[in-house]
Amino acid sequence: MYKYDIYDQRIVDERVAQFRDQTRRFLAGELSEEEFRPLRLQNGLYIQKHAPMLRVAIPYGLLSTRQLRKLAGIARDYDHGYGHFTTRQNIQFNWPALERVPDILAELATVEMHAIQTSGNCIRNVTSDQFAGVAHDELVDPRPYAEIIRQWSTFHPEFAYLPRKFKIAVSGSVEDRAGTLFHDIGVQVARNDSGEVGFKVLVGGGLGRTPILGHVIREWLPREHVLTYFDAILRVYNRHGRRDNMYKARIKILVKERGLDAFKREVDAEWAFLKDGPGTLTQAEIDRVAAHFVDPDYADLPDVEVDFERARRDNKAFARWVSRNVFGHKRAGYAAVTLSLKKTGVPPGDATTGQLEAVADLADRYSFGEVRVSHEQNLILADVRQSDLFAVWEAAKAIGFATPNIGLLTDIIACPGGDFCSLANAKSIPIANAIQARVREKLGDLDYLFDIGDIELNISGCMNACGHHHVGHIGILGVDKHGSEFYQVSIGGSQGEAASLGKVIGPSFAQDDMADVIEKLIGTYVDLRHEDERFIDTVRRTGIEPFKARVYTGLTRETADV
Amino acid sequence: MSERHIILDGAIVADEWTLLAADHQGALPAGKLIVPLAQWLARRDEFIERAALHDLPWGVWLEGDEDPAQLTGDLARLALIAIHFPKFADGRGYSTAYLLRSRHGFKGELRAIGDVLRDQVFYLKRAGFNSFAIRADKPVKDALNALKDFSEPYQGSVDEARPLFRRARRGEVVA
Ligand code: SF4
Repeated sequence: MYKYDIYDQRIVDERVAQFRDQTRRFLAGELSEEEFRPLRLQNGLYIQKHAPMLRVAIPYGLLSTRQLRKLAGIARDYDHGYGHFTTRQNIQFNWPALERVPDILAELATVEMHAIQTSGNCIRNVTSDQFAGVAHDELVDPRPYAEIIRQWSTFHPEFAYLPRKFKIAVSGSVEDRAGTLFHDIGVQVARNDSGEVGFKVLVGGGLGRTPILGHVIREWLPREHVLTYFDAILRVYNRHGRRDNMYKARIKILVKERGLDAFKREVDAEWAFLKDGPGTLTQAEIDRVAAHFVDPDYADLPDVEVDFERARRDNKAFARWVSRNVFGHKRAGYAAVTLSLKKTGVPPGDATTGQLEAVADLADRYSFGEVRVSHEQNLILADVRQSDLFAVWEAAKAIGFATPNIGLLTDIIACPGGDFCSLANAKSIPIANAIQARVREKLGDLDYLFDIGDIELNISGCMNACGHHHVGHIGILGVDKHGSEFYQVSIGGSQGEAASLGKVIGPSFAQDDMADVIEKLIGTYVDLRHEDERFIDTVRRTGIEPFKARVYTGLTRETADV
Repeated sequence: MSERHIILDGAIVADEWTLLAADHQGALPAGKLIVPLAQWLARRDEFIERAALHDLPWGVWLEGDEDPAQLTGDLARLALIAIHFPKFADGRGYSTAYLLRSRHGFKGELRAIGDVLRDQVFYLKRAGFNSFAIRADKPVKDALNALKDFSEPYQGSVDEARPLFRRARRGEVVA
C-alpha cells in the first residue's frame, strides 16, 4: 500500500499543528462557533447528540495492521472502546472530547493517517473497491489513481469551500463495487484496445434527498488528463453550483438544471485551457505511485488445496461461511475473506478495540499485514491462502466476526441514526437489530437465510441517506411525523452496473411493525419467485404491487403519510 | 483615510484605498477608489478621465458571482481588483481569483475583502490573492502567520502552477 514520503508526512504534521491552534483559539473564545465549524468539519469533527464525533479517513479502504492497531488504541484511549465503520470507508469515534481531538490527529499522523476532508463542503475522502488489486474481475488496479486523486484533492485551495460536499469514487473492475453511479464524480478505470489506461467519467450521481444516477460525461479520458479534467468540472461547479438552498447545492442539481450537454460544453470550454498544462500527470508520477501497489510475495500454489476442499466437504458450517464470506482471488490458491461486522444484536459496522486488535493479528499472520474496509461496513482480509481459511474462520468465530451472512438479509447496511446522529429523524440501529432478531427467532436456522439468498437491506435515519437506502433491494428511511419516528420502505433499488433506485411502497410504518413488514416482503418473494431468482429480480419482474398488497394487510398500528 | 491596515505581499501596510459601497450615490470621495463593478461598467469613461486628471490608479471590486471576464478589456488599466466574500464559507471568489490571474493575466493587486479571516488566507494566497483586508474585528498580524500554514502543497494553483510531482523529487522517506 502507499507509504508516505517526507512531503506527505509534512502535510499531515502541519495539519495537526494548524488544527491544534484552531481548537485552542476556539476554546479561548477567539473563534466563534460559526467560524470554527467548517474548520472542524474539514477535520472530520462533528458535534453530535452526546459528544463530538470524529470521522477518520481510510483512503480507498486500505489499512496496514499498524494503522489498525492505532485505531484500536484510539478507541480505547479516547473513546468508549469501539469504533464505527461507515458506508464511505471511514471510521467514526463517537465519544472523543473536543480538546483531545488534536492529540488524536497527532497520533493518527504517526501512522500516516488523518481526518482531512472527511466532512464539510469540500472534496471528501476518495473511495474505491474493497477488492482492488486482488479481484478476479479486475481490469485495472484503481488504487494508484485513487491515491493520485487523494493527493490532488487534499487542501486544494480553490475547492475547499464548495457549495456542498463532493464525493469521488474510483472503480477498476467489471462489477462496480465502488458505487461510481452514486457519486458526484465516479470514474471507471479501464484499458482501451491499444492497451492504454483511461477513465470513463460519470458526473452528477448521488443519493440524499434527490437521488440521481450519474451521467457519463466522458466515455474515455486518457489517464494523464484526469486531474486537469477534474479541475475543470470542479471549477464550473464551484462558480455556478447553487448556494442559496443547501438542498439544491449538489453538483447533480447543477447538471440537471443546465442539462448534461450544456454542462459538458462548459466543462470542455474550461478544460481547453488546462489540458496538457502543468496539472497533466507524468509517467514518472504514475509509476512512482503505482510502485506502492505491487503484489505481495504470493507463493505459487495449486488451484485447489486438498485440505481446504476436504474441510469444506466435512464441515457444513465452514462450507456455508466459505460460500458467503470468501471472494474469488486473481491468484491461484488465494482468497479474499470478508469478516462480517453484522452479527445479530450488534450495531452494523461497530468493532471494539479487542476485535480490531484481533483482526490486526489475523492479518499479520494470514494476509500480508493488510486489511480493507468495505462500504458495506465489513472488514476484509484480501490475501489469505485457501489452506489457511479454516484457521481464519475459527479465529474469526472467536471474535464474533464469522457470521456467514455476506450479501444476505442480515448483512444490513445502517447509518448510526438517531442513537448518535443529531440530524436523524429516527433510529437505525434498533431497526437493524429487530430485523436480525426476527430472522433468528422466526426463521430459526441458517437454512432459511441461505434460502432467501442474495439481498441487500439498507437503512438511513434521515434523507441524507448515509445508509444508502435508495439502492438497497429493500431500503428503509427514517421519517418524522408530528415528532414520532416512522419508517418509509422502498424496494427494487440496487447498486453496481445495473444500478436502480428503489420505489416507495406506500405510507410509513411504526418502528414495532418493521420486523413484520420485512418478514412479509420476504414471504411475498418466496411465494412468487421463479427458480434461482433473487429478491431484486422478482421485484423487477412483478413490480411492487404484490409486495404492497401483502404488507399493508393486517397491520395493527397506524401508518403515516410523509 | 482610515488607519486601517491590510496585508500586501506578505507585509502589514496601511491601506491607501477607499472602498465605494455598492449603493454609493453622489460625489466621489478623494483619493484612490475601489468602485463596484456595476458602477465601473456604467461610468467607465468618466472614471478614466478623472484618473487621468488626478493621476490616480483605479480599483474595481466584484462579488463572488460576478464574471471577471467583464473586465478583460480593462485589466491593464486597473491597479487593483478586489473580490468580495459575503461569507468566508462562500468559495466562489477563489475561482474568480484563479481566472483573473491565470486566464486573464491580471498582474495588479488582487485583494480579498469582506469576511476574510486568517484560517482561509493560505488558500486565498494560493488562488492568486496577494492582498488581504482582514475583517476589522480580527488581528491582522495573526493572519500574516497563517500564510505559512503549509510548506509544500500537492496541487498546482496560481502561486505555484506546478504540482508537487513536477517540482520535487518524490519518494524520499524519513529515516
Ligand atoms: S442518514 Fe441521517 S441519521 Fe443517518 S447518519 Fe446520515 S445524517 Fe445521520
